[in-house]
Amino acid sequence: MSMPYYVAPEQIMKDRAEYAQKGIARGRSLIAAIYNQGVVLVAENPSKTLHKISEIYDRIAFAGVGKFNEYDQLRVAGVRHADLKGFQFSRSDVDARSLANLYAQYLGNVFTHEMKPLEVEILVAELANEQRPTQLFHVAYEGTITDEGEWAVLGGEAETIRQNFAGRFDASWELDAAVKACVAALAGTERTLGPEDLEAAMLSEGNGRRTFERLDDATIATLLGAS
Amino acid sequence: MALPLFKPQLDPGPDFASLLATRGIQGISENAATMSPHGTTVLAIRYRDGVLMAGDRRATAGHAIEHRAMEKVFAADRYSAVAISGSAGMALEMVKLFQVQLEHYEKVEGVTLSLEGKANQLAQMVRTHLPMAMQGFIVVPLFCGFDLAKNTGRIFTYDPTGGHYEETDFQATGSGGRDARTTIKLGYRDNLDVDEAVELAVLALYEAADADSATGGPDMVRGIYPLVACVSNQGYQRIDDAEVARRFEEAIERRRELGGAAGGSLR
Repeated sequence: MSMPYYVAPEQIMKDRAEYAQKGIARGRSLIAAIYNQGVVLVAENPSKTLHKISEIYDRIAFAGVGKFNEYDQLRVAGVRHADLKGFQFSRSDVDARSLANLYAQYLGNVFTHEMKPLEVEILVAELANEQRPTQLFHVAYEGTITDEGEWAVLGGEAETIRQNFAGRFDASWELDAAVKACVAALAGTERTLGPEDLEAAMLSEGNGRRTFERLDDATIATLLGAS
Repeated sequence: MALPLFKPQLDPGPDFASLLATRGIQGISENAATMSPHGTTVLAIRYRDGVLMAGDRRATAGHAIEHRAMEKVFAADRYSAVAISGSAGMALEMVKLFQVQLEHYEKVEGVTLSLEGKANQLAQMVRTHLPMAMQGFIVVPLFCGFDLAKNTGRIFTYDPTGGHYEETDFQATGSGGRDARTTIKLGYRDNLDVDEAVELAVLALYEAADADSATGGPDMVRGIYPLVACVSNQGYQRIDDAEVARRFEEAIERRRELGGAAGGSLR
């Protein structure tokens, strides 16, 4: 009779974490930051159809990095959760905190109980209303959830980008300044990123009930060009 | 509430009503009192830049007025509008479900449905409602929108079985629908501008309220006027209440001068 291998739990978790981190590091990064009218989200993404940033609800946006099919499944689940909740109760009862918690529970559960952890890192951003302030919930692959009030960086090179971005951040800046700083931080010192390499969207106060708006290439070019 | 995740073979796709069914919620409620409020006259008119929709504000239960300020015209999404006549509670629920359905599809799929796709969706909802319609709770919506692919306004009408038909120029439904339709028929011509279309809608609702007891006219005492909205390539826009009020006051003034007669030219 052959003996099953014994692997220490610490080792299992370490291996899984390493696996997930590697998967996430293969993809490009993303920055979300507040500006004077709301929240802007900028990602490095050459695809115009496979989005990293999407609308969840009236004042809630979703962003994911890592493996597309995995975070896209989470995005759809989020849209479903939000629409169900808004239909059953009221639109104002849909909040990012409860959704981010559900994501965290799910990711944590998959990380400990499944063979393979999800190779994703996600962000749930909510624009302030009368009851809640603007918040960015950052959920990591193992279910760790953190809430950021002003800005967040997701992805493999997050640490470098975070250092790049921290010095530039200014909570009261205009949209163009915010986008420029995000793009500069994503690009680093050795590259430049143009509109065709980027995906950007915002949750903006001026948009009526559905605050989410994608910024097309022409708009991004104008924002980057304006001095 | 758990995160709504599904196995691929059980995934409800972008259909919000099926998603609700997975939670054991029926999209359209099945209980209602026998004397439930009814909404009455709504109409749609195609004009040069799109399509205009209008509805009176009265809801009746039998011979009594239940509500004086009910709204029956709604933005279904950015480029379409839906108006309802019939059993008010269920009709409003249908509109709410329809609005969420369109938005849900747009968010899950990342693109909006075509105008015909939206009209079909609404037809399926009306058909699902058929058993209730057989018991007397009839809901008859009127749907219109701006077709971005064809660059024109389009109008769709429904029957209680979910049959839907595209109208070329105008339509009106509800208890005062016939009077409204006749009024529009007499004043309609191709390429109306938005002002003329609003004028025609105001006159049609005036005539409907004049002849049908269940249709509410302009309520000058309380300042409640019919709701008029237009859908063009600029999206859904509600015409300002003050503007609608002014149009009604002008129409009434002309009638007063003529001793109540329409005066031949519809003005």
